[in-house]
Amino acid sequence: MNDLTWIDAALTSARPQAIGALLRYFRDLDTAEEAYQDACLRALKAWPENGPPRDPAAWLIMVGRNAALDGVRKKSRQTELPPEETISDVDDVETPMAERLDGSHYRDDILRLMFICCHPDLPPSQQIALALRIVSGLSVRQIAKAFLVGEAAMEQRITRAKARIAKAEVPFETPGPADRAERVAAVARMVYLVFNEGYSSRSGEAEARAPLCDEAIRLARLLLRLFQTEPEIMGLAALLLLQHARADARFDAAGEVVLLDDQDRSLWNRDMIAEGLALIDKALRHRRPGPYQVQAAVAALHARAGRAEDTDWAQIEALYANLEIMQPSPVVTLNRAVAVSKARGPAEALAMIEPLAEPLSGYFYFFGARGAFLLQLGRAREAREAFDQAIALANTASEAAHIRQQLDRLMKDSAAAGS
Amino acid sequence: MLYALLCYNPEEVVYSWTKEEDDAVMARLDVVHQRLLKQGKMGPSLRLLPTTAATTLRKTDPPMVIDGPFAETKEQLLGFYVIDVADLEEALGVARDLAKANPGGAYEIRPLRLFLPGTLPEGVQAG
Repeated sequence: MNDLTWIDAALTSARPQAIGALLRYFRDLDTAEEAYQDACLRALKAWPENGPPRDPAAWLIMVGRNAALDGVRKKSRQTELPPEETISDVDDVETPMAERLDGSHYRDDILRLMFICCHPDLPPSQQIALALRIVSGLSVRQIAKAFLVGEAAMEQRITRAKARIAKAEVPFETPGPADRAERVAAVARMVYLVFNEGYSSRSGEAEARAPLCDEAIRLARLLLRLFQTEPEIMGLAALLLLQHARADARFDAAGEVVLLDDQDRSLWNRDMIAEGLALIDKALRHRRPGPYQVQAAVAALHARAGRAEDTDWAQIEALYANLEIMQPSPVVTLNRAVAVSKARGPAEALAMIEPLAEPLSGYFYFFGARGAFLLQLGRAREAREAFDQAIALANTASEAAHIRQQLDRLMKDSAAAGS
Repeated sequence: MLYALLCYNPEEVVYSWTKEEDDAVMARLDVVHQRLLKQGKMGPSLRLLPTTAATTLRKTDPPMVIDGPFAETKEQLLGFYVIDVADLEEALGVARDLAKANPGGAYEIRPLRLFLPGTLPEGVQAG
């Protein structure tokens, strides 16, 4: 790896802490971002010559802060800009001070930076875009590409989100335990949204959107580093890792979706699975279950099954039953019903989803699952009706194609039965 | 003389690498690994999952289990090698070669007092 690649990685990883601290100093996001940019430019000049500092974040905070203060002074024409050398030497002279200034604030600085992206006035798509821009430091072009929209549209979306935040009150005081827990939960939700934005890719989009999943995992690891003992944050990181481990198997060469049962499990990423399993293992020891842990535990059971038919569906069903209590939702019940159909057969599963017909009347997967249960029960005519409804609700060509496959099989079977 | 090379790296940087960057580092390191293997100087080596996956047991009475690594440090222990070389100078030479392949961070070079190779089969599934 050459100098520049290493410096780039160091700048990226120091970014949340550096901007978080600069935001605390200047209480203004634009000023903090500019100060950080300024510090990065100086780093690109100074680091190849002097070698990278021992604590890149502290270096960037001090240099960024000085640069921004100089900017203010220069504007007011009170003092001259100090010579460049004094700024480059800051690592040797001022690192201990930077550490003293920032060590204790490190956690809350980063949390605050992540938290301002979760403002309740911002719609989810703006929260995600803002987090990727401010916290992860992706360029507008990169974010636009991942969202499959034009650069100008994304620029506007981010500008609007920032304007809204500038008007909102950013909490700068150090939070108490209750406030902090609330912020952690909000940030976790935002990280989960970032991941889902990438994970719910349609056919042919997976490659463009995969960076969203990578970023979400990076953010989850960052959050976990700040809150090492929070089982739900372990659960969140585990969930994202275990889901993303399947990325290479989820789409075929033509970019079409491959369902879990049909995936080539040798394509699953063993490193991510190992890390995800380790994290969920750690989390469960706390005996403080939560929705992320339960979902991660489901993902872990899939990851542990060498073949689709080895999956422990009874255990998965029990986990969804837990999730239903924690987070009641028709979609969770639908997932539970799928597990029930695998563990105890389609009749019970079908009965379980009957009450969902109304709340999920516009939901593709409801009719897909209903059709599959009916088909297993040999109720071909009703199955076909459900599949037809599913096709009408399909969001993507590959969703429709998958249902059509089932319909074709149904036609073939009924033809065979008739002959 | 057996030495352990303990690999300390800034974890946040290592986990900022893209898969391509990670693969490139591993490929460069592998050149050094292959040379050591051929010379019969390469013992077991391993790469650890991030410290967020770590749990620490403090040997108090009763022992206390803590989430996270033993120590919060700027650079984290992310793996180690065991090598069989003549002396410290040669061990430092190996560390220099590895450092060229993977800059940033540090290697702590520690002579071994006891080496038990264990019975785990090679290639046992990590994780």
